[in-house]
Amino acid sequence: MMETWYALVNHLLPFAWTQHTFMKNALLAVLLVSPLFAIMGTMVVNNKMAFFSDTIGHSALTGIAIGVLLGFQDPLWIMVIFSVLLALAISVLKTLTNASTDTTIGAVSATMVALGIVILSRGGGFNKFSRFLVGDLLSINPDEVLLLAFTLAGVVILWGVMFNKFLLVSVNPSLAHSRGIPVRLIDTLFCITTAVIVTISIQWVGILIINSLLILPAAAARNISRSMRQYHVASLLITFTSGIAGLLMSYYWSTATGATIVLFAALFYLGTLLVKPRFA
Amino acid sequence: MSKVSIIQKTHRESCGLCHTKLKNFGVTIGRTEILRDIDLHIQCGELTALVGPNGAGKTTLLKAILGEIRHTGELSFLDAGDCRRNPVVGYVPQRLDFDPGSPVSVLDLFSACLSSWPVCLVHSRRRRERVSAGLASVQAEHLLDRRLGDLSGGELQRVLLAMALEPNPDLLLLDEPVSGIDVQGKEIFYDLVSNLRKQYDLSIILVSHDWSLVSNHADRIVLLDRTVQRCGTPQEVFSDERILRTYGPAISKDTEQTFLKPRLIHNGGVRA
Repeated sequence: MMETWYALVNHLLPFAWTQHTFMKNALLAVLLVSPLFAIMGTMVVNNKMAFFSDTIGHSALTGIAIGVLLGFQDPLWIMVIFSVLLALAISVLKTLTNASTDTTIGAVSATMVALGIVILSRGGGFNKFSRFLVGDLLSINPDEVLLLAFTLAGVVILWGVMFNKFLLVSVNPSLAHSRGIPVRLIDTLFCITTAVIVTISIQWVGILIINSLLILPAAAARNISRSMRQYHVASLLITFTSGIAGLLMSYYWSTATGATIVLFAALFYLGTLLVKPRFA
Repeated sequence: MSKVSIIQKTHRESCGLCHTKLKNFGVTIGRTEILRDIDLHIQCGELTALVGPNGAGKTTLLKAILGEIRHTGELSFLDAGDCRRNPVVGYVPQRLDFDPGSPVSVLDLFSACLSSWPVCLVHSRRRRERVSAGLASVQAEHLLDRRLGDLSGGELQRVLLAMALEPNPDLLLLDEPVSGIDVQGKEIFYDLVSNLRKQYDLSIILVSHDWSLVSNHADRIVLLDRTVQRCGTPQEVFSDERILRTYGPAISKDTEQTFLKPRLIHNGGVRA
């Protein structure tokens, strides 16, 4: 399957940067991550869950730490299970305590980062984990690309079935409830989906910037759209453009790919902010 | 679109729901008892108005009937043969809290309620027409492509009413639905609701502070303050000495005006 892709890239994009196999892999990864983050991000922003996804991202550190403690080489599955449990814990905390959600989430976030750092820095070995902080998209291998493809397919199917319910819950939970939607269940399902996607993507994008990649395109698209369809189309265009531009520029500038992509997305955000009055 | 054609549009048999029964009904949140010992029996085709001071628990009662808040006691929906059934409940909230910057159009929100076809994809013409017809029943078809955040308070309430009427509900819960609407809008709203009720036998529970309109349109008034203080026809409730004493001259003045010269209020009065 990857051979077909390599041949296709060689045929369509006969440039210097596509000579490297790692760039071909990374390009495919960007093409998969972009729609994934575009459609996730729009709903995260709709639900005002930017802080939640940020916490899930940061807590990945603790997930890694637990994986390391349990002696796993590749802690991805441990990280995913951990973040799902954490997402569940946060949604239970949200309903149990009447405290404002950001207070609850803020407390969890800082605790998780601290716990992760304490465990991973035992014996001064934190440096080997710093790849998780910045992320390395260029190191992605074909198996991992396949994992991303399956994740994207899963999200697209979930959206096909549940999008309207997610939307109604995000607009107003009472209204959704009166339409017979199990609000808490839908809310929890969305939290879990966010947790899984953030955690799966984190080793290529990086803990520090993953949330920006999720939020910025959606925030930019929001500035210039007046309906759900425009919102999604704009968000997709922005993630694709900034994803490809970021990948290329990071190759020529020798910079971290994830961060370069985020900078392009930030440019889009600034640009849309300037033209916002025309659309509002 | 006239009211008659609206009703003709919504083909419908009389609903199977016959009455909603609340027995020994109460709501306690945390340690605060908000409602207690409520016994109510709401017949189909009846417009019941819930009135009472602020903080009396009117909204809480509606939310408990909706199932959003837990309640004690018994709540049952019965059909003609006294069998329990799950009714379609329409709900128009007092005020819809949503993010005004959100890029959701009226069409998006409405079709999200009607079908599960993701509204971020293309809207089919059939769905567009259905939503448009629904909006036309509250004279709001021009709002179809507006962003939700760009609607005025009254426009938003009309859109919400149209949504609550689609699919046709057995029980319609209206929480101060017209508090932000001008006098003419209120008239249209109440006439529409009255007609729907007569035609389709649907029960309506309406929370309102608008004593004059309520006494003209409601079959029954329930005065709520923690529990049911008084329940009866508008004449019975508003002529009750005890209620006049407890709830002060504001009510008596309102009802007096209503009974003596209702037209005047309708044409010129701006009532809170």
